[in-house]
Amino acid sequence: MNFITKALAVTLAGFTLAAPAALRAQQITGAGATFPAPVYAKWGEAAKAAIGIELNYQAIGSGGGQNQILNRTVDFGASDAPMDPAKLTSGNLLQFPAVMGAVVPIVNLPGIAADQLKLTGEILADIYAGTITKWNDPKLVELNHGLTLPNIAIAPVYRADGSGTTFVFTSYLSAVSPEWKSKVGASTSVKWAAGNGAKGNDGVAATVRQVRGGIGYVENAYATQNKLTTAQLRNKSGAFVKPTLEAFAAAAANGDWKNAPNFAVDLIDTQGATSWPIVSATFILLPKDAKDPARSANVMKFFDWAYKNGGKIAADLEYIALPEAVQNAVRAAWAANVKS
Amino acid sequence: MSATLAAGPARDARVADQLSRRRRRASNMVKLLCLVATGIGLAFLALILATLLWLGVSGLSLTVFTRPTLPPGSGGGLLNAIVGSLIQTALGTAIGTPIGLMVGTYLSEYARGSTLGNVVRFVSDVLLSAPSILIGLFVYEVAVQPMGGFTGLAGSLALAVIVIPIVVRTTEDMLALIPVSLREAAVALGAPKWKSIVFVCYRAALDGIATGVLLAIARVAGETAPLLFTSLGNLNWSVSLGQPMASLPVTIYQYAGSAFDDWVQLAWVGALLITFGVLALNIVARVVLRKRT
Amino acid sequence: MSQSAALSASPPIRRAGAASPGDRIFSLIAHGAGLFVLVLLGAIIVSLFIGGLPALRAFGLPFLWDSDWDPVQQVFGAAVPIYGTIVTSVIALIIAVPLAFGIAFWLTELAPAWLRRPVGTAIELLAAVPSIIYGMWGFFMIVPFMASWIQPPVIDAVGDIPVLSTLFAGPPFGTGILTAAIILAVMIIPFVAATMRDVFLTVPPVFKESAYGVGCTTWEVMRSIVLPYTRVSVVGGIMLGLGRALGETMAVTFVIGNTNRISASLFGPGNTIASLVALEFPESQAGSLKLSSLLALGFILFVISFIVLAISRLLLRPRSGS
Repeated sequence: MNFITKALAVTLAGFTLAAPAALRAQQITGAGATFPAPVYAKWGEAAKAAIGIELNYQAIGSGGGQNQILNRTVDFGASDAPMDPAKLTSGNLLQFPAVMGAVVPIVNLPGIAADQLKLTGEILADIYAGTITKWNDPKLVELNHGLTLPNIAIAPVYRADGSGTTFVFTSYLSAVSPEWKSKVGASTSVKWAAGNGAKGNDGVAATVRQVRGGIGYVENAYATQNKLTTAQLRNKSGAFVKPTLEAFAAAAANGDWKNAPNFAVDLIDTQGATSWPIVSATFILLPKDAKDPARSANVMKFFDWAYKNGGKIAADLEYIALPEAVQNAVRAAWAANVKS
Repeated sequence: MSATLAAGPARDARVADQLSRRRRRASNMVKLLCLVATGIGLAFLALILATLLWLGVSGLSLTVFTRPTLPPGSGGGLLNAIVGSLIQTALGTAIGTPIGLMVGTYLSEYARGSTLGNVVRFVSDVLLSAPSILIGLFVYEVAVQPMGGFTGLAGSLALAVIVIPIVVRTTEDMLALIPVSLREAAVALGAPKWKSIVFVCYRAALDGIATGVLLAIARVAGETAPLLFTSLGNLNWSVSLGQPMASLPVTIYQYAGSAFDDWVQLAWVGALLITFGVLALNIVARVVLRKRT
Repeated sequence: MSQSAALSASPPIRRAGAASPGDRIFSLIAHGAGLFVLVLLGAIIVSLFIGGLPALRAFGLPFLWDSDWDPVQQVFGAAVPIYGTIVTSVIALIIAVPLAFGIAFWLTELAPAWLRRPVGTAIELLAAVPSIIYGMWGFFMIVPFMASWIQPPVIDAVGDIPVLSTLFAGPPFGTGILTAAIILAVMIIPFVAATMRDVFLTVPPVFKESAYGVGCTTWEVMRSIVLPYTRVSVVGGIMLGLGRALGETMAVTFVIGNTNRISASLFGPGNTIASLVALEFPESQAGSLKLSSLLALGFILFVISFIVLAISRLLLRPRSGS
């Protein structure tokens, strides 16, 4: 009983606290991708204080986000994968990037510290295809001359839940390995030939940590926050790069933004000696002909504010802000396309 | 000489003695194994509770109850999840209980021995143990898709479907315990059947039925699977039934898999709260029932 | 005396069923509620079937035994999750039934009277712990335990022994079919134990006493008197546990390794219908073949659970004498 009265009191307190704030702010609603949800939430918190726009974002998954915006049940949709151009046209939607993130490989090998191990995309594809099964495989030994690689089995770990992270990672494997592309392909969940699944970033990280010889892939934010043992990757120009914010930013800067229709830029395996090869943008889907243009205007106002002021917040959570030129191109697209 | 002579009864006695010793040894062995089995069962409960206390208590603070879920690093709490759980559990129970009560009444008072009654009882028992994720899929099909979005109402409906068979079972059992003389007395006073059910039988079985409702609340408060596709969860403060709504189990599910330490910590706090809340409800329900029997 | 006075003073007794409008309405509501339960079950089955229809149409009956699950190529088959569902549940039963029997036996025949209630309640509380808690606990406690203490020594011990080495093969992830089965076993022990205890208590004491009277030991009484007498209900209780295990979602999802391959090894990863639905549903688009396949899987799970629970119910029926 006591618990219930307490809970009720707390509830009422919550109502009274929340009410005035909700009255003041103008609300916009969005739904979709889970990968950028933490940074959207953080931006929402700051934007409410700064410009009085309150973001109500539901992380229901990219597929759900696309459905919701096509049905116009939210003000904007969010998706990790760019939307099919035909659907964009038929849904009368404008697509633009919000922020970028990187995916990094993590390993558990006795005696090997963070960023010591060198990997290539082809080797990753072979590992996840089950054709490279031992850590002392000649191909790995050849890449890592200074290291002693043990004779233990490789235990690949992947995301069991459908996720944008898997989409980005498998896009990368498809880009570097024709065999992967034809046999498996890229999607939020694929038909894995080897390894174990685990739920969420932490599931992958914990499983890799527990299994000697484990390898997995997680969002960079997760790897940094939990000080996981990451590995170097060889990029398109043949250089080995460590997963750092600078390397991510270099990849973003090297993206071919100008020629990407609907901003669906491919940041996977970009040119440039310092680029990290697995970087991806996450997208916002905005109706060009919203029933209530004021709401769309607020969405644009929100992201305009986030572009200008949200870079620090994004960097704190290990996301990468858009290059300035791209921000301006997005602003131009808003002006040209969205009725407001 | 005595060896051969004394064979008969003495040997029989010795054999019998050996046999009975072996039998007793077998029996004692089984007794020991049973004790071990019970010990294992209890050890599991103790281990689970110890884990929750160990990982959950350190994150317990007032802000857990006063702040809604916030972005990582902003010092959020679980207020919206707790409130969402309370709302959905309360609404689910409020919808499910009257239906369950009437079904239990039907089974006990109107359908004793009838084929239809047996079918209803059978179906209700199947629903009692049906996989809860399928209830979630069902409500997704009939409520979420037509309404065009995940809502707290859909979550409550899914929970209501789980509440019904639990209340049916206890209501029927409790009504069956009411002595015939009590019903006869009511009828003798000229009360119509419905009055004798409502004012005599329900009243007499009240604590038993209340136990069933408490158990139903305890069960649905911890359900995750049926809420995943119905009320979905909501990281913002929202008490609207027309919007996605947070709940403790789903928030635990989301936070336990997140990248941020403070979210993972909150997941354990939530796990601690929900488990001890649910266990407390169960114990209360049992105490109420024990008073009766 | 007073009875006849009451009779003459009040209007004639209304008999049940005959009448007053209040009675008619109440009876209507009660009957309606009874029918509602039937409609509810029907609606669940029909909605899952209709939702799964596009997938069943696209893949036909082979959906049931096709082991492919490839979201990129849009090819879906149910064999792996069906296999995982059944194998984990059966192994869970193999672990849980002896333990549950021991607990029920101890609680009914061996425990000192003052301990029966608290220990019985504690075991029942195991059933009240929410399944997501089992999932988290399993993932953070049992999985590391399996990975470091159980799997490596077992894998080393079986070495090259023909059958065993395939049964216990693979890298020691800690997750997998066996781990999921262990968690499931812990979850169904209270259901099976409670049912067994209840049916053991239905054995008339005179049977047991006469057996003790001719010098039977406790175990002999259990084996030759109690078990034969309660055999049918005990099997019913076990089926109830099986029904629970088949549909368990959250706990299994955390620990099974979530892989759409059939592995011969008990340490290998797998998937169950419920865990696959929970993991894949959120990223499935409305109207897609994948969503439909997941709903078809739900329909299959419902049919399997329905059959098991129906058997359980039929076997337990004599007990709930109605």
